[in-house]
Amino acid sequence: MTKLLMIHPEKCTGCENCVLACSFHHEKDFRPAATRIHVFTWEREGISVPMMCQQCGDAPCIKVCPTGAMHRTTGAGVVDWDTKKCIRCRMCTQACPFGNAVYDVLTNSILKCDECQGDPACVRMCPNKALDFIEDTISTRSSTKAFASKFKEAFQEVK
Amino acid sequence: MNGWTGTTLRVNLTNGDISKEPTNMENARNYFGARGLGTKILYDEVDPKVDALSPENKLIFAPGPLTGTFGPSVGRFNVVTKGPLTGAIAASNSGGSFGPEMKFAGYDMLIIEGKSKKPVYLWINDDQVEIRDAGKIWGKEVPDTTDLIRAETDEGAKVACIGPAGEKLVLFACIMNEMYRAAGRSGVGAVMGSKNLKAVAVVGNHPVVVADAKAFEAAVMIARAKIQANPVGGAGLKAYGTDVLVNILNQVGSLPARNFHDGHFPTADKIGGESLSKNVLVRPKACFSCIISCGRVSKVTNPKYAGEGEGPEYESAWGFGADCGIDDLDAITKANFICNELGLDTITMGTTIACAMDLFADKIITEKNTDGIPLHFGDAETMVKLISMTGRREGFGDQLAEGSYRLAKKYGHPEYSMTVKKQEMPAYDPRGVQGIGLNFATANCGAAHVRGYTIAPEVLGNPFKVDQHTTDGKPALVKTFQDLTAALDSTGACLFTTFGIGAAELAAMLSACTGIAYSTEDFMKTGDRIWNLERLWNLKAGFTKADDTLPDRVLKEPIQTGPSKGDISHVGVMMPEYYKLRGWDEDGVPTEVKLRSLALL
Repeated sequence: MTKLLMIHPEKCTGCENCVLACSFHHEKDFRPAATRIHVFTWEREGISVPMMCQQCGDAPCIKVCPTGAMHRTTGAGVVDWDTKKCIRCRMCTQACPFGNAVYDVLTNSILKCDECQGDPACVRMCPNKALDFIEDTISTRSSTKAFASKFKEAFQEVK
Repeated sequence: MNGWTGTTLRVNLTNGDISKEPTNMENARNYFGARGLGTKILYDEVDPKVDALSPENKLIFAPGPLTGTFGPSVGRFNVVTKGPLTGAIAASNSGGSFGPEMKFAGYDMLIIEGKSKKPVYLWINDDQVEIRDAGKIWGKEVPDTTDLIRAETDEGAKVACIGPAGEKLVLFACIMNEMYRAAGRSGVGAVMGSKNLKAVAVVGNHPVVVADAKAFEAAVMIARAKIQANPVGGAGLKAYGTDVLVNILNQVGSLPARNFHDGHFPTADKIGGESLSKNVLVRPKACFSCIISCGRVSKVTNPKYAGEGEGPEYESAWGFGADCGIDDLDAITKANFICNELGLDTITMGTTIACAMDLFADKIITEKNTDGIPLHFGDAETMVKLISMTGRREGFGDQLAEGSYRLAKKYGHPEYSMTVKKQEMPAYDPRGVQGIGLNFATANCGAAHVRGYTIAPEVLGNPFKVDQHTTDGKPALVKTFQDLTAALDSTGACLFTTFGIGAAELAAMLSACTGIAYSTEDFMKTGDRIWNLERLWNLKAGFTKADDTLPDRVLKEPIQTGPSKGDISHVGVMMPEYYKLRGWDEDGVPTEVKLRSLALL
């Protein structure tokens, strides 16, 4: 059974420990611009929402990738990015409906969540249990999608 | 460079010069960052005798070496300057994300000098720094200022700004960041206003690097676990916010009421954290890298006081509440919202209104002095109205804008002002809790609880319990807490981390972060060094041992009711021992031996 990252925005305090943990895990330093998880905070409303790659079943980033750098190993939950095959055309960053694939100038890389090979640093460091890494059952998947559609609405309202 | 970025940004608003210089690493090693390093710059560069609101004063924004890392609750910065309320050194501490973003932009410090001819803001876009016109933003409240500057710069910019209160040089104006976080005390916002600097906006893309990633992560995980296991740090502050202290302090007879006429407030429960959580709390909120989440996102629906924002903290709930004889939480929360929007220190605002109510009760001021407004203890509606007037210096608000000391002195009765070094005492009655009184009397920024929070052992039993009523052992306790806090503040850590960890854990994180091996002893000695440097600066500014005392009221008038009935403060009894432990002579001047031991001579 594959696992998936669930987010619970109602528990998020906006502390960004997940952002720092992600940057530290992947880059060994602290640089929020180099994170694979993003936290958006609306200060006036006091709401914070963490977002990362949804590992879409029918992933636009895979479809749009001209070299097969963005790919999914058969049966796996995670969409993987192959640095050797990638030509840095950044089509994936435009295709992602959530903006969760990002190009980083400093490292010349596509930054997207790789679930830290099965032990996500963000989940470990979240002090509020706003992030979960759980079995991908039918029920969790449906609630993930429900959350996903909430961000979509939120973003559409804000933009 | 590890921990520190190695670069200090200097901006002269008089001539528009923007320069970057290497951070003095010897100073960084000896003073860490934030409060300590800022103090060293102020000591070296600013004459203590300058007018705080003149171009000769400097305004220093400084995060710490831990700021920007995932150390638990270490994302803070300090604003160091000469405080216009006190004339003493000010180091006002704030959370949010502004300090970390300064580090990500690549700066250990921002030193603002001079005075701009017209309103401006500073836009720090990583390596690019520019001074921009703020003509259209001047006059705006804090949330609107933040939105407008983000629209002109970057929607993700972290913005530290002043509201109308800072522009109007209200002597206790704050600098606000991320809309609701405040570098609150001593009037640092007025210094920013005096320089015609409306805001600093920052965005960064540099990494904060640590010396030993593995050791740092290990030290962080130990510190996190200890804070999370502590009942206050791990649960209490998130559930109820700092306002949980209202009932606790009232139960030990040390919640000052009606301008310190009493130390007990019968209806305290109506304004405490439990009531706050039930009635106005929307959700808890955290600063950057914080695992404690004491922030309160709150909302008042009562049409009379409707609004949204953050707060109140314990000090604010007390200042607008018990100290003004008010137990209406909706009004108190609204008062806090207005202070956030105008950029006012809630403690001095609340206590200055309490002082005015006291002067009115004793007919020292009448409606002739107050634009016809009667000022009665317990009148919530008037309290809320006075805040807007103060922030904009309208009518009687213009007098309140000078703080309680200048108000009371103007009418010939400075003894009605509950201040030390002209700064108002916060929400702990020094008659009922002896150690905190000694801390108020000796805090270098004027009365403040966050310099040496002996309430933790004296009332909360953290990390051990001592008798709140005794003076025995208190000078040593106060010194230890003051030194620990000075060092802790200078790393970028939040004071609330002490609900779980102490010097050993902080030194371990700092060592792995910077690559400099600091022992627990080194850490505490650094705190002592910072404390003494602040003291030296104040002595040069003209302060003497006569300023190390408390208002006559708490020395002579006993608490009237409640569990601490009959108590007065014995601060004078403790002072000689405190001076001696500090290594100061009987006039409170650091001895040569002491200064040499701290490498200050």
